[in-house]
Order: sequence, then C-alpha cells, then structure tokens
Amino acid sequence: MVDKTLELFDCGHRACGGCGAALAARLITKAAGTETIVVSSTGCMEVFSTPYPETAWKVPWIHSLFENTSAVASGIEAALKKQGRKEKIVVLAGDGATFDIGMICISGAFERGHDFTYICYDNEAYMNTGIQRSGATPYDASTTTSPAGKCSFGNKRPKKDMPQILAAHGAPYIATASIAYPADLMKKVEMAINTKGPCYIQVHAPCCTGWGFEGEKTIAVAKLAIETGLWVNYEMVEGKVVKVKKVVRKPVEEYLKTQKRFRHLFKPTRQDAEIAAIQAIADRNAEKYAIDIKLKKE
Amino acid sequence: MMEITEGSHAVAEAIRLCRPQVISAYPITPQTHIVEALAEMVANCQLDAEYLTVDNELSALSACVGASAAGSRTYSATTSQGLALMFEVCFNASGMRLPIVMSIANRAMGAPLSIWNDQQDSISLRDSGWLQFYAEDNQEATDLHFLAYRVAEDHSVLLPAFVCFDGFILSHTYEPIDMLSQEDVDRFLPPFSPYERLDAADPISFGMYATPDYYLEFRYEMDRALKESKAIIQKRGNEFGQMFGRDYSAMVEGYRLEDAETAIVAMGSICGTTKDAIDEMRDEGKKAGLLKIRVFRPFPDEEIAKLLSHVQRVAVLDKNISLGAKGAVALEVKDALYGSGIPVKDYIIGLGGRDVRKKDIKAIVALAEKGQGDMFYGLRREVL
Repeated sequence: MVDKTLELFDCGHRACGGCGAALAARLITKAAGTETIVVSSTGCMEVFSTPYPETAWKVPWIHSLFENTSAVASGIEAALKKQGRKEKIVVLAGDGATFDIGMICISGAFERGHDFTYICYDNEAYMNTGIQRSGATPYDASTTTSPAGKCSFGNKRPKKDMPQILAAHGAPYIATASIAYPADLMKKVEMAINTKGPCYIQVHAPCCTGWGFEGEKTIAVAKLAIETGLWVNYEMVEGKVVKVKKVVRKPVEEYLKTQKRFRHLFKPTRQDAEIAAIQAIADRNAEKYAIDIKLKKE
Repeated sequence: MMEITEGSHAVAEAIRLCRPQVISAYPITPQTHIVEALAEMVANCQLDAEYLTVDNELSALSACVGASAAGSRTYSATTSQGLALMFEVCFNASGMRLPIVMSIANRAMGAPLSIWNDQQDSISLRDSGWLQFYAEDNQEATDLHFLAYRVAEDHSVLLPAFVCFDGFILSHTYEPIDMLSQEDVDRFLPPFSPYERLDAADPISFGMYATPDYYLEFRYEMDRALKESKAIIQKRGNEFGQMFGRDYSAMVEGYRLEDAETAIVAMGSICGTTKDAIDEMRDEGKKAGLLKIRVFRPFPDEEIAKLLSHVQRVAVLDKNISLGAKGAVALEVKDALYGSGIPVKDYIIGLGGRDVRKKDIKAIVALAEKGQGDMFYGLRREVL
C-alpha cells in the first residue's frame, strides 16, 4: 500500500511554479517508497533537484549522463543482486533522454531483462536546454527547433510510440499515466516496481514554461490531454492492453487553445486543416484504445 | 606458478583473482579474448560475478558506474573505438570518484580503421582523471591489475584506472607468467570497501551538478588525489614486491641509464625491444639507456627529471601523436626537463601496428646524436 503522507522528494527544489515533472517526482517517490534507488538522466529534473550541495532526494539518487540511465540501472541491479540487497531501482528520465538519446541503452537493458522500472516524465520536448523538439513532441507543436513560421506549422512528425517499442522487447508491464490522475499514477508505479523484469511507465507531465500556459493550469492542461484523446492512459501486461481510461471526448481544440505552442493554429488565422489533422490523431487514439464512453441517446 | 599463457587470458585470470562482483563486456578487437575468457569462467562457476553482455561500450562503462556506485568491485575491458565511445563516461566515472578498473588492449584510432597497436586510444584520455598504467610484458600486464585495484580503491585516491597493454603485441602473445594464487591475491587486495554507496539505509545523492561556485574545487580535489596517488602506488607497489618479488613501487624504471649519454623514453611493449637494442649498442660502445614509463597518470615528472638529469640527450618514442603538436609523451617529458637544458627529440613510431625493430631503435639513437628528431620515423617515401 502506498503511504500518501510519505515525502521523499523534498520541497525547496528549483523547479518552475506549476512544474509537471516535479509533481511527477513527488508522486512517484511516494509510491515507490523508501527502499528505492533513483537513477536520473541529465535534464530539468536532475538540475532543479540537485544543485550541489543541496538535494531534494530523500532516497538514494544517482545521475550519471543524459543517455545512460538504463545502463547505470543495469549495473546497480547487478551489484544489488550480488550483494543480496532488495532495493527497487527506478529510472526517472525525460522524453529526450528516453525517446532519443537513450534509446540504445534502454533497448539493451530491456532486452537483457534487468529488474527495474523505467519512468519517462514526458513533457514533449527538451525543456532543460530551452524547448527543442524531441521524438516525443506532438504534431504541429512549435518549439525552438521546430518553430511555426510562414511556411511551417511547427513539428512535422507525430509522437514516437515508445510504449509499443518497449512492448516489443517483451516488457512484462507497461503503463501510461498522467500527473492529472495521481492515484492512478501511484498505483501504476507500485505495480511496476513489484513486477519482476524491466517495466516502463510514461507519465504525461505538462511544462508550463515550454508549452506556454500559466503555472496554475498544469493539472487542467494535463486533464484536457486525456479528455481530448491526445493522451491515453492505459496499462499493458505482457504486451496486451488490459486497462484504458475512458472518457467522454472533447474536441482537440479545447486542449490546443490552452497552450502557446499551438497558438499558430488559431492566430493570425485559424488553420482548419491542421486542427483537423490533430483531431484525426485523437480519433485514431480513441479507436485504437477504445477510450470513448458512448452516451445514451436522448 | 609459471605457466605459458596468452596475454589476454593471463589478464582475465588476474581479474578472476581480484573477485569483481560485476563485469560488463562488449566485444572489440583486440580486447575480446579477455571478456571471452571471463565469460567462460562465469559459465563454469570459477568466477562468481554478474556478467553483463551490454549493448555498446558506453553502456559497458555506464553499468560499471552504476555497480561501483552501488558498492561493488567492477571491471570492464576495451580498446580504441570502444574507449572513444566511452569518452563521456570516463570523465563521469572519475568525477564521481568511482574506482573502476578497465583493461585497455591498446589499438590505433580510426580513420583509417586499424585494429593494430599504438597507444593513441588511452593517451587521448590522459585528461580524464583515470590512473594510467602501461605494461611492458604480460607479467606486468597481469600484476598491474592487482596494483590498479589496490591503488584505485584506496580512500585517499578513489579514482578509476586503466591498465594498458599493447594490443596483439601483448594481448595475443603467449609468454610464461608467474600467476599468483587466490590466497596471494586475497592477502594483497582486500575486499572492496566503498567510501560511500547508494544505499536506502543511508540515502545520498551521487552525481549532482555543480555551479561555478563549486566546480573548480571538484577538479582541484581530483587533481590532488591523482597526484597524491604517487605515494600510494609507491607504497603498494613496494608491498607487492615484498610479497611476490616483483617490485612495482617505481613509476619509471631505468635500464642501463646510469651512465647513458642518450636516453630513450618509452612506454609499453616497445621497452622490451629497446632493451635488446640498447644491449647491442652497448656492445658497440654506444652509451644508450632506457627510461621506461610504467605510470603515465599521475605523470612522474619529478622522477623523470631525476633519472634523466645526467644524460646528454633524450629521444622519446611516442606511439601516439597529438596532431598539430607532438607526441604526448615527449611533450610531457619536455615539461619535466624544462630548465635542465637537456635536448628532447620526439619520434612518432609504430602507429597503427607498424613494426618497430631493434634496427629502428638504433637508427633513432643515431638521429638523436645528430640532433635530428621531432619527426615521424619510418615513413613510406611516397608521402615525403
């Protein structure tokens, strides 16, 4: 059982007010508990939580490099095994570290079957370096390396499907989650760390600074991602989707309008074709994961 | 007990005797025989270690970082391109003060691709904060691993170490080796006692970032620890000599150097050839001697200055080239001799596995006597 009063990610860190990743760290460590070793990638979370000589982490924590968290975790797991120790290992890495630069190390560690939980806090771009696109950046999002302009609507590619890639590695437990649903997130973390083998959780963690919305709206924005079908919360056991968060879907516009990174789709002129393309992404998600709650007809 | 063994297998046996808990392995020529031999030992229950077959060399050393931070003795081996892929992790391991030991079967760097020996790979990581030992023969390659763990894990050092031995020339050569017993090694090398480790019972943060207010001091402390490790090398090398008759307390060794007029400075297997060449030159009445560098990091500057104080000239054999400058060893020897007035000439030699023979050493001494040097030795005529 998760002890919800447990605080293992301390206050006083340097994250922006309204940071989705900081909230994720707090919830994840609550769920993982004290017998946990956290491995962080280089990125926002590492930087805002550990400016020497201060640390926000009340569990053992290590940061090595941007791309190598899974390999570091592999080594820790091997050492613990040899020493007869029982701590759980949780990787906490951003989407750049996960979708892009860390792919080889992740693939290797999952293929070797190490017993650890890899959690990606997905804020859909390289936020620590100033909002550059990553393989997790959604279609049409404007970032500093995929800026919207006179002949561009922003990021040209849809998000990479990391959970499917790791499912193909035979990961026993995979889940997507959102900071807007803390109880669900914590339950999934608990499930993952108690499942033997390499498990993966991808947590939607909106970034007010990078996405362009007021800090007090973080939860509302995260919730809209779910409600529009642009983010789907699901669980996969042995590669099969076993549970999905169902919603009465709202048009994607309601989500897009909350964020400056999509502003170019509405101003100076409304881009109907682009909005329709994004709506089609949500529709495909809805179909693929059967998220729609059918309302009874009047 | 004396046995005829391939260099890589002797090194693997040395590692087995060091009782590492975590080994990470990735194949690369000419290192591969070491990790193959270790895999066999694990498969036959002769070695009780976690053996990770990782996905690339960056992962290999990263796994060692994790395992070492968790408090286990760790080992990996690599060379050349593999070491280059580890570049980032090398700086990370030393910065986190993790006493990992890694064998380097020295090999040239591409392009052009070359699987053959020189020392460009490890030399290129001279600034990374690792201790660097260089072996002349396979006995030394074997023994230096025991010393490397003993020194690296000392709480006043806590820095990782390369044990470098020339690819193919040593790694694939059979030589008689006096292999220590498990009892011997256990007497010399106590179990790893980490200074601090990842532990839920006592949580600490490893690898935090440092602002400009702190970074300089981290680097200073690493440099200080590396320089002060000279005393630990001397102490443990001496202890090794007392116990097993092979004294490694000196970071540099002279051969017929006492009355030498021309001193050759070299590292690695080339020292053996050089000694033979010196013997022949001595028979011909030429006063040549060798200064062998066994430890390149920490750099034994004072020791070199002392041993070379009386010579008329110095010829450095560099199996590496800091392109656009000179060979790295020569640059540092010059620094060590600065102000002495002794001329130091550099000879880039044996790159990419080009054979170096006694006649080459003799020719270099003749060049040095004429004041000619700071050159690539033995180039094909068509490039001149």
